[in-house]
Parts: sequence; structure tokens; C-alpha cells
Amino acid sequence: MTPQSNFTIVAPLAAGREPALRALLETMNAQPGLADPHNAVLPFGAFENLHYARLVLLDDALQADLELLGQPRPRLPTVLAFMGDCDGLAHELLAAMVSRAGEGLRRVFTHCEGCAPDTDLLAWLLAHERPIAATYVNWVGRTVQQIVEESALQRALSAHVPRRPLTPDGAALRLRDELRTFIDREVAAGRLDLTRPAPTPLGWWLAKLVHLLGVPLVGLILLPLLVVLSPLIVLQLRALEKGDPEICPRPQAAALSELQALEDRDVSNQYTAIGPVKPGLFRRTLVSVLLVLIDYACRHVFTRGHLARVQTIHFARWVFLDDKSRVLFTSNYDGSHQGYMDDFINKVAWGLNLVFSNGVGWPRTRWLIFGGARIEQRFKPYQRRHQVPTQVWYKAYPGLTLGDLWRNQRIRDGLLQPRMSDEQAVAWLGLL
Amino acid sequence: MDLADIQGIVRFGYKRHREAAFVLLRVRERIAARAWLASVPVSSAVTLEPPPDTAMQVALSSPGLAALGVAREIVQAFSSEFVSGLGNDPSRARRLGDVGANAPQHWQWGSGERVPHVLLMLYAVPGRLDALQREVLAACATGFEAMAVLPSTDMHGIEPFGFVDGISQPQVDWQRQRPARDAEQPRYINLGCLGETLLGYPNEYGGYTDRPLLDPQRDAQAALLPRAEDVPDQADLGRNGSYLVMRQLRQDVHAYWQALDRHAGGDPALREQLAAALVGRTRKGEPLVHHGAAAPLAASAVVDLNDFDYSADPRGQRCPLGAHVRRANPRNGDLPPGEPGLWSWLKRTLGFDADALAHDRVASTRFHRLLRRGREYGTPVLLSQALAAAPAAPEVGLHFICLGANIARQFEFVQAAWMAGLHFDRLSGENDPLLGAREPTPEGRPTDEFSIPQAGGPDRCLAGLPQFVTVTGGAYFFLPGIRALRYLATAPPKD
Repeated sequence: MTPQSNFTIVAPLAAGREPALRALLETMNAQPGLADPHNAVLPFGAFENLHYARLVLLDDALQADLELLGQPRPRLPTVLAFMGDCDGLAHELLAAMVSRAGEGLRRVFTHCEGCAPDTDLLAWLLAHERPIAATYVNWVGRTVQQIVEESALQRALSAHVPRRPLTPDGAALRLRDELRTFIDREVAAGRLDLTRPAPTPLGWWLAKLVHLLGVPLVGLILLPLLVVLSPLIVLQLRALEKGDPEICPRPQAAALSELQALEDRDVSNQYTAIGPVKPGLFRRTLVSVLLVLIDYACRHVFTRGHLARVQTIHFARWVFLDDKSRVLFTSNYDGSHQGYMDDFINKVAWGLNLVFSNGVGWPRTRWLIFGGARIEQRFKPYQRRHQVPTQVWYKAYPGLTLGDLWRNQRIRDGLLQPRMSDEQAVAWLGLL
Repeated sequence: MDLADIQGIVRFGYKRHREAAFVLLRVRERIAARAWLASVPVSSAVTLEPPPDTAMQVALSSPGLAALGVAREIVQAFSSEFVSGLGNDPSRARRLGDVGANAPQHWQWGSGERVPHVLLMLYAVPGRLDALQREVLAACATGFEAMAVLPSTDMHGIEPFGFVDGISQPQVDWQRQRPARDAEQPRYINLGCLGETLLGYPNEYGGYTDRPLLDPQRDAQAALLPRAEDVPDQADLGRNGSYLVMRQLRQDVHAYWQALDRHAGGDPALREQLAAALVGRTRKGEPLVHHGAAAPLAASAVVDLNDFDYSADPRGQRCPLGAHVRRANPRNGDLPPGEPGLWSWLKRTLGFDADALAHDRVASTRFHRLLRRGREYGTPVLLSQALAAAPAAPEVGLHFICLGANIARQFEFVQAAWMAGLHFDRLSGENDPLLGAREPTPEGRPTDEFSIPQAGGPDRCLAGLPQFVTVTGGAYFFLPGIRALRYLATAPPKD
């Protein structure tokens, strides 16, 4: 199994370069916001282990909300974030990008401070990489290659399977055998590939094991302290929850329309949002701890097709910026924005509240998990107002949803399964 | 309930008023237009004895409010979907499947400069419509120019493809029996909170949907409006009103029956069976799944055509997953069904129940209901005519109308995710069998198939279905409460 990894490179723009950079990013797109896989600047499609990538400009407009809390407004430079999700090691992918598309990458990043035509680009990129606070992968180990191969397999089988009623006693099994022979022929003729998964890197297993045990161990050590402090923590939380102001005005019509112009061009969409963390040590610590726990859950529990009840998120991540004063959240999801938000409200409002209620202006929560995102009339404008247009977005398998990937995976598993009962064969044929 | 302030269409379908026409107006002269709207007789939701022979309802679009001189900040306080409108936003068109032949640039009305300002809905008992229409058009002629008068046809409750229509409707909780708070509803319920239909009342989340609130201290006219329940010192311009979505849907009855006949190889019984599979009901309206009854009911039994859900048919072997009525109303609850008890609830809530996850692909129905008030139009086509070689047939179709307090979560979600969407439940690559636009995907894959899951093997697949329904017009309106209508017509105009 090849595990997935990601990179997040964040660099401030050089003074006055924003318009030129925007124009350059625009040339990378085939449609508004949707990257041309073969664009001349960074041909994403040439990197076969890259699932998703985005280039997005992040300004500091929402820092103004701090003033509503009576806090000073820190002025932050506009930054360019370059993010990607890939199979294998992200640093190897970055190295490959620099070596094969270095010129285009340099054209992008010379709009940032400190990147000159003669800078060692790879070193510069790695120096600007930000640590990830938490990351979610829908299906750990599912590679781009596997997705592409299984999609071709599904199409071949679906076109080939006779769509007639089967008479009972073994007809389904016989049909499966016929289909297996057909696929063997296709593979032998080179029309289909079913590459075996690569062995899982030992280092990855070890790191996972250390994390699996290490986080609870640290928790165990801190437990007595937490038990002693818990009444104070609860009191403090409740006091803050009652007092923190909600800042949920509707986004400007033009801003909303700019976001919508980038959406619904594929069955999947992108989401990028940013906002300031509530000031004070309490909130900052709380959000840090909760993101450690969410990262733990994503790494060890939610690794097989769903994040709690939500089955439509391909990749997501949370990143701290500017000394933990801001959080950046990005995701790639199936369906429309409206459906995504309804899923958030109806299925995982509690999970959203855990993290985002530490953001300035979030709809009022009770006991950290109740209220908040369930308050539809405030949550929906809040998240739209915090959303940022993603200038360039790449998806390696347009047209495919997670439902498709899951079905295709089961088709392949069923095809390769040596023995099957008649009942299983019927169910398997139902997938085609 | 202040029924006298609510327009009657919210409560009644005006079924007894078999004649109906929809008049699309644009403001010609503002002062006269306002004067007419200030006193126009609008039927309320109060039950009258004897019932009146005619009824008129009034709805306004966002450009209409502006043309009448309603202050910009008031217009902007309506929901953003209403403000930007149906026919002039390419992002919305893409989302709703208004592409290809459905694209707004081809519409007869509702796009570009052809967005109506005011929609008049006229209803009359047989024989009375002509006079009403003449009278109304004459009375409003100084203030308004009539863009179009859309007639309707009484088809006795059968829509043009030949199916009984309007069987399933959400029941509006007029008595406010459901407590107005946010609570999980594990099972499908048909009784929807009043605030899902009317503005100014709590919705399924216990919240109040966007609508303009006015300060009665600053605006003397607004003092005549009802107060907002959630903000008692504000006047509620939305209260007792609703949003109204209207779409003109042309139906190609010939294409529909001929495609099915082709797939049935000319066998009439199979053709009927396939037609029912596409719709999810027989032509008489019987659902393809019956609540709790595995065996067909006795012919004499009186059947409630709405007393069922799909929980006993998760794979769609009795009613195909993609059948029109199943897509439009999946009849599920907030959480997939499971064992009673806290442990099972927790497992399903956290996503650790594989069966529950498999059933969890379809969003909870109660947040996505539409109160339909449409009317058929054009010349009905008999099945025998439809099967004969297609002549240059006169147009026939449906003036689709639905009411709701949240256009984005109700109409737009149902249209985008459940009708136009290519991924409903476990389906992939097909949209609604009746309404789908059948445009190939950007990757060039066809979307013109319909899957019929079979008990013992691969899905049966009807390929090459043409587009049966074409959108030819449409707009978003605000259907105001009657006091709100008077306010809009009489408050000092602003430019």
C-alpha cells in the first residue's frame, strides 16, 4: 500500500506583484478556477501520483473582525498558498516538480518575497512549507494509479456485462467467471492494467505506530492535570461561549458570485476558508489540542471512506498560520456547495463546532458541540464569508466521485476474489 | 394563524378553480403600478362559504421590487437566491442543469431583459376565467405592460405524460404542533414546520429564514406590518409570505412514449411497466413499494398513495433508485435506520455502522421539501397519438410552481442534487429520468441511461433516453403576505 502525503507551501507576495500573479494563475486554467492539466506553467497532469492541488491567494480582510472584539488588527501580507495531496512522499513530488516544471514554478514563486531567478527553488519551497495541524484522507492507500485503473476496469465490465435476467442455480457465478476471462484477455492484450499495490513502506508503519501509542501516552501523562483543571476548563469555556460575539453577516453579493463562478464545473468542488482564532491562551490551547485529537482520529480511525458520517470528502486539512493566530481549512468534496454545507449541519455539526467555534465570530455553541453550525441561518453566511476563491484547482480524476471510487474498488476486489458464493456473485454483478 | 394575511395559494391548491392563467407583468409607470397593487383584491387563506368563483394571487420578483421603488437595502435583505434571480446567473444555470436546450438564453421568458416584475395568478371556476383576465388586464394596464399571459389547461389531475400528478405534498404544520426547536428526526415525517413554507416562522432547525426586517421607529408604514417573532422590536416584511419558484417545462410526450415503446419492443404491458419504473408510480399513482405490505393489496382495498417509504427497498429492486418520485422525495429520516438504543445511535452518528453508511448517501428529506402548486398547459396528447409518428405537435407541458421559505435549501437543492445531479444514492452517470438534460459530461460520457436494479444480477439499463422535458422560462418571486404587499406598494419609493 502506498500511503498519501501532502504539502502546504505558504509565501508572502512581493510588494505590487499581486495583479501580475493573478494574471499568471489565470493562464493555468481551462475554465474559471479549474486547472488545465497540461497548462504551460505547471502541468499537473504530468505528475501521476498527484491527486489534488491548488494555488490560492489569502488576504487578511477577516482580521478586521478582531477590531469588533476590541483587539488590535494585525496587518498581514497577502500570501500565496500552494497545496497538494499525493501518493508517496510529498517532498519527492516537489523535487520532481522542480526538476520537470521548475521554470513554470519559478515564474509563479518569483512573485513572492525572497524568491529570485537564481534561488535554489526546491530549498526555497521546502523552507516555506507549513506544518499541517490535521489532515484527512478519505481512503488511506488508494493511489491515483489505482483510481484510474479501476475506473477503466469498471467501464470495460459495465459495457461488456450482458444485461439480461439470470436464471438461478449458479448463473451469476458462471457469468462472473466469463467476465474474469474477459478481463484476463483485456489485461493480456494491454488494454487494461491492474497493477498490484506496492509494499507499504516500513517507516510509515513505524511512524504510525509511534503516533498511535504516543498521543494517548502523552494524554495519560497529562490526565491527572486535566482532571484537576477540568472544572476550571469547563467554567472558562462556558463563560467564553456565553460572551463571545457572533459575527455572521451575509457575504457581499459580488463575493458570493465570485465563489460560485468557480463551482460546479466537475462533480467535485474545492473549498478554502481562513479566519482568525479567538484571542487568548485558552482558545489557542483548546484549538491546538482539539486539532491533535482530530488528526489522531483521521490517522487511525477514519481511514476507510468516511469522516464520521460524511462520505463525500476526498482530502481535507487544517493548517495554522501566523503563529497560530489564523487557521486555514481546505477540502475537496463531491456535490454542490449547498449539499456540502447541509451535510456539515445535519451530520457533523458537532465535529465542526469542536474546531471552528474557536474561530472569531462563529455562531454560538453550547458545551463545545451543541448549537454553532446547527444554527443554519448564521452558519451558512459565516462559512461563505470566510471562504476564499481558489484561483487554480486541479483534480486528477475529473468526473469521478468517492461513490464511484468505492464501487470501482469493490468491483476489482470481487473480480480478484478467488472464491465466491452465488449470493456474493449476484451482489457483485449488481455493482456493474 | 393570521389566515387573512396569507395568500390563499399557500393553503389551497384552488383545485375547484379548474381554470387558471399566469400573467407576467413589467412595470410601465411606477405610480400607477403602485396604486394598483395597493388596492388589488388578493384572495386570502381564510376559508369562505360559499367559496368564491375567482381568486387572484400576486408575487413580485427582485427586479420588480426595484422597479416599484422599494429601497435597495430592503430588496438586498431577501435571500441572495431571490435577489440574483433564476435566469441571469450562469453559475446558477450550471448548478441547476439549465444547460444545453434548457439554457436561459433560449427561454421564452425569465432571462436577460425578459424577467417579469410581477406574477399574477388567476384562478376561476369553469367559464369565469376569461372575464376575470380581461378585467384584471384592463385594470392594471396603466401601470403595467403585460409581457405574457400563460394559459393553463385543465387535464383533470393528469400531467401530460399521462400520470396522476400532485399526489405527494408536504403537509404544512398550520397548528404549529411540531415544537419549534432543533431536534433529530430519525424517521421520515410528512408534517413540515410552518417556517419551511412561510417566512417569519420557525423552520425545521427552529430558526427563521432570511427576510427583510424593518425598524418601525424609523418607518411609520412598517408599523402596520406584523412584528418579527424572533426580533420583537422589528417589523417583519416576510411574515406570512413565501418564495415562489416558477418554471415553464415543455414536455415531449411523443419522445417519452416512443422511447419506452422502443425499449419494450412494442409490448404494451412492458411499456407500462417501464413507464412506471421511470416515474416510480403507475399512471394511476400507485407507488411501486407499499408500506409494510409485501404482497399486492386486494383490488378493493382503499390505498393511501402516500403511506410508504423506501426502507424495505434499499437497493431499488421494487422502485428503481433513480425513479422520479424517489429522487424528488426519498422519504428518509435524519439518521439511517438501525437498532434502538444509545449504542446503535452512537455507531450510526459516528459512521461506524457499514449498513447505515450505505444508506446515508441521500440527504435527509425534511429539509428539502417543495409545496407544489403547478398547472398543466397546452393540448393533451393521447397515448395512441404519442405512439404514432410525431407530427408537428402543439406545445404541452407544466407550469411548475413551488413555494418555500428557503429557495437554496429547497428548490435549488432538489433540482441540483436530486434532479440534475449525476450521482444520486449509489447511481452514477444518470440524472432524473423525466427532467434530466442528458448533456454528456465534460469527459464525454453519456448521461442518457436509466438503471433498473434487478434482484438477481446486473442492473437492467435503458440507454439512449432523449431529453423529455425542456425548461422554456422561469423566475424566482416573493409571494408576500397581504399586508406586506400593501406596504411594498405604499411605502415612499426610493431610487
